[in-house]
Amino acid sequence: MSLLEVRDLDVTFSTNDGTVRAVNKISFDLEAGETLAIVGESGSGKSQAVFAIMGLLADNGSTSGSVLFHGEELTHLNDTQLNKIRANDMAMIFQDPMTSLNPYMRVRDQMSEVLQLHKGMSKSEAYNACVSMLEAVKLPDATSVINRFPHECSGGMRQRIMIAMSLLCQPKLLIADEPTTALDVTVQAQIMALLRRVQDDFGTAIILITHDLGVVAGSCEKTLVMYGGRILEYATTKEIFAAPSHPYTRGLLSAVPRLDTETDELVTIPGNPPNMMELPAGCPFAPRCEFAKDICHAEMPELVAHGDHEGLRACHLSLEELS
Amino acid sequence: MFNFIIRRLGIAIPTMLILIVFSFSMMKLAPGGPFTSERPLPPQVLANIEAKYGLDQPEYMQLFNYMKGIITQFDFGPSFRFKDRSVNDIIAQGFPVTLTYGIWSFIVAVTVGISLGAVAAIKKNSWLDYTAVGITIGAQVLPNFVMAPILVLIFTLWLGWLPGGGWNGGEWPYLVMPVIALSTSYMASIARITRSSMLEVLNSNFIRTAKAKGLSNGSIILKHALKPTMLPVISYLGPAFVGMVTGSVVIDQYFSTGGIGQLFVNSALSRDYSVMMGITILLGALVIIFNMIVDILYAWIDPKIRL
Amino acid sequence: MGSVASEKANQLAKHNPKTRKIEQMAQNMANTAPVKGRSLWQDAYHRFFQNKAAVISVIALTAIVLFSFIGPYFAVWSNEEIDWARLGKATEMGAPSLENGHYFGIDNLGRDLYSRVIQGTQVSLMVGLIGAGIAVFVGTFYGAAAGYFGGRIDSFMMRLVDILMSIPFMFILILMLVVFGRSLYMLFIGIGLLAWLDMARIVRGQTLTIKNKEYVEAAIATGVPSLTIIRRHIVPNLMGVVAVYATLLVPGMILTESFISFLGLGVQEPNTSWGALISEGAGTINYGTTWQLFVPLFFFVVTLFSFFFIGDGLRDALDPKDR
Repeated sequence: MSLLEVRDLDVTFSTNDGTVRAVNKISFDLEAGETLAIVGESGSGKSQAVFAIMGLLADNGSTSGSVLFHGEELTHLNDTQLNKIRANDMAMIFQDPMTSLNPYMRVRDQMSEVLQLHKGMSKSEAYNACVSMLEAVKLPDATSVINRFPHECSGGMRQRIMIAMSLLCQPKLLIADEPTTALDVTVQAQIMALLRRVQDDFGTAIILITHDLGVVAGSCEKTLVMYGGRILEYATTKEIFAAPSHPYTRGLLSAVPRLDTETDELVTIPGNPPNMMELPAGCPFAPRCEFAKDICHAEMPELVAHGDHEGLRACHLSLEELS
Repeated sequence: MFNFIIRRLGIAIPTMLILIVFSFSMMKLAPGGPFTSERPLPPQVLANIEAKYGLDQPEYMQLFNYMKGIITQFDFGPSFRFKDRSVNDIIAQGFPVTLTYGIWSFIVAVTVGISLGAVAAIKKNSWLDYTAVGITIGAQVLPNFVMAPILVLIFTLWLGWLPGGGWNGGEWPYLVMPVIALSTSYMASIARITRSSMLEVLNSNFIRTAKAKGLSNGSIILKHALKPTMLPVISYLGPAFVGMVTGSVVIDQYFSTGGIGQLFVNSALSRDYSVMMGITILLGALVIIFNMIVDILYAWIDPKIRL
Repeated sequence: MGSVASEKANQLAKHNPKTRKIEQMAQNMANTAPVKGRSLWQDAYHRFFQNKAAVISVIALTAIVLFSFIGPYFAVWSNEEIDWARLGKATEMGAPSLENGHYFGIDNLGRDLYSRVIQGTQVSLMVGLIGAGIAVFVGTFYGAAAGYFGGRIDSFMMRLVDILMSIPFMFILILMLVVFGRSLYMLFIGIGLLAWLDMARIVRGQTLTIKNKEYVEAAIATGVPSLTIIRRHIVPNLMGVVAVYATLLVPGMILTESFISFLGLGVQEPNTSWGALISEGAGTINYGTTWQLFVPLFFFVVTLFSFFFIGDGLRDALDPKDR
């Protein structure tokens, strides 16, 4: 049994201007201790998919499909039941550590409330556990930082605090929603190194959401490419980089600037992400795809294995047609 | 904290001085002395009276003496109209009345306003929310001088439940309508501010973090949302207090409570400048002190303000 | 400089078949999905008229203004004339009636309430508009100056505003009215001069924001003279905020004037205003002449509501990020 099995997950939002289908029938598995990257442009539905898994959608959002965590169906649980799992078995790190930490509470109180709630620790036990966790994430001067307010810490420190906070209960699954986007490049590298080390030390499975393929390359076993709320390609990271099978993945990869090849200009994928209110009937990428055929506009391709590859792809075109 | 209070006093004290000097110069600018009347007094008598009140001294000395009296003895001098009474006597007679229903109104406005706004935000888009929003929109156009006659019309003339005025030592039937009339529009404003502030806070990222931690809705609101929700409400308390102090004039006048506002209007109509000044300065001081407390409270809650 | 770079890019594009294809596709997309540009003001105009409450308010307000101008032509009685036949018998004979020409009934002194209300409407609206006008004029200048000069001048000017704001102004205003006599002009000036403080704060904040915008920095960097910057960039961008708060100031002014007149310290006989009429009506409810209260109250309430809704509508229309 996998740690997490997601089947046909749909996320829709009802807004004043109509219904938005943010996530469209996505399915994937995650084994214990494994790392999965979900890659896509902003608005591709990657964040909403994991919010749906944790039951953190905004009030106007609704979910259908199945999310099995440890064999337990999460979509059927109410808030009270979910609260026992949140942070305890399944924790989350958010994109912007400045606004994701409560600016009106000291780090100490924000962290220890997790342990007091889930582990029934006393205030002082929790405090000590928090200090050692902050030290474990290599936060210098942990005993002083823990008494500060978030605005008194730097961006990198705040993200380390977030990570430490999410690891307090030693969850089996850690969801990191663009954990490095708001940070400086050097700090980004440190945080990614930390996440890798955390995984080794605690054996935590990680879902890493990012739009930055560079971040994915070194740290994830599997990669899932999302676009317009759908999965376009789902394969091992190695395969994605070595032999991308979907035109969108290829576009993404060629858009990453590289030092080892000489190029005169940055490559971009023309056009804009689709309007989630009026998704095309066919492949959401078809309007921007240079290879698109008539069927691509008319019908959404299935996510299936192709040839002798392990990975899955959703594309009407054969690999030969793409080259 | 100490430094913050000192800095805050650095605003409060000049404000107070400006208020006193301004009121004093207004009085001096007034055409005709306080003892000019239809029947002119003999010059000798006038000179005697003026000497008695210190009006023969140069004006800066008068100002100095006036301020000295206020600061050292809390003495606002004699009334110009009632020869045998001091301003202090007159204020002491009306102030307790105004203070009583004023405090009640403030408590009602704050507690009802905050609860109404918070409930509306938590139960967004429910009938509770719509009712609360309806009340707050309606109450915008129901200032105290509109509420007072409408309340009297309903509860005194139509239903006959409550006395239409008077004070009677502050028994509760005499208290109900003044408190409702004075507090309604501020209650509505506080509810509106609380609602929009809480909605904003509940949509913020750190509330999502708190949810991801597995906290229950109750403890998310109490531990994480309440403090930031209250900040805009606290900044509104200053203006609300000023509004209520000002509104008490209408309440005192319309319900004939004998409070300080009624005295103010009477002295305005009879040009009793010293009583007007005394009341203005006293209420001004109250407002200034209250604003100071509010600022300190705000700084104490918001960690981003350096103390 | 720019043309050299673009020429180089063009040449590159010509020689690169892939780029050419992409360019073609982008061209197609641009053709298939035309997006019509609209200016900010057009957009605001459109949004404002989508707002039902605001549109109804504009109609209601227009009706009241028209009434105050055209109404006198339909009056049977003038505002000063005393109907001796009904004087003292208001309860029995003074109720609103079409037959005897007292459309809104008579007041306590036997005067025609219809004409009195027209007179009061004119005075109240005038006080509201002129008071708000003075406040807008003084406040905008003061706030813009403080915001534009910044530094010590700014902190001194704003400290002064802080000090003035914590004074209970109604008492000072009443003191002024008593000392200088209760004339209508005194009321205009007094109310207007007391209300500029909020305006100054808002305008100052907005000026500071605009001053730090990139386009103003760009204008400074390219050597555009200060006066032109103020005229071309700062003033037009202040207009929206000033318009919104001016709309919200008018009902504030009307409220203040009504408050003072309710106490009998504002507008003096034979002149009148809504506040004075409400005060008279409130004083006579014991005699069952409730129309004397409710007729002026109706005009007062409708006008205030209209201004509030128009102000809200304008704010939503001009500040779309709030939605």
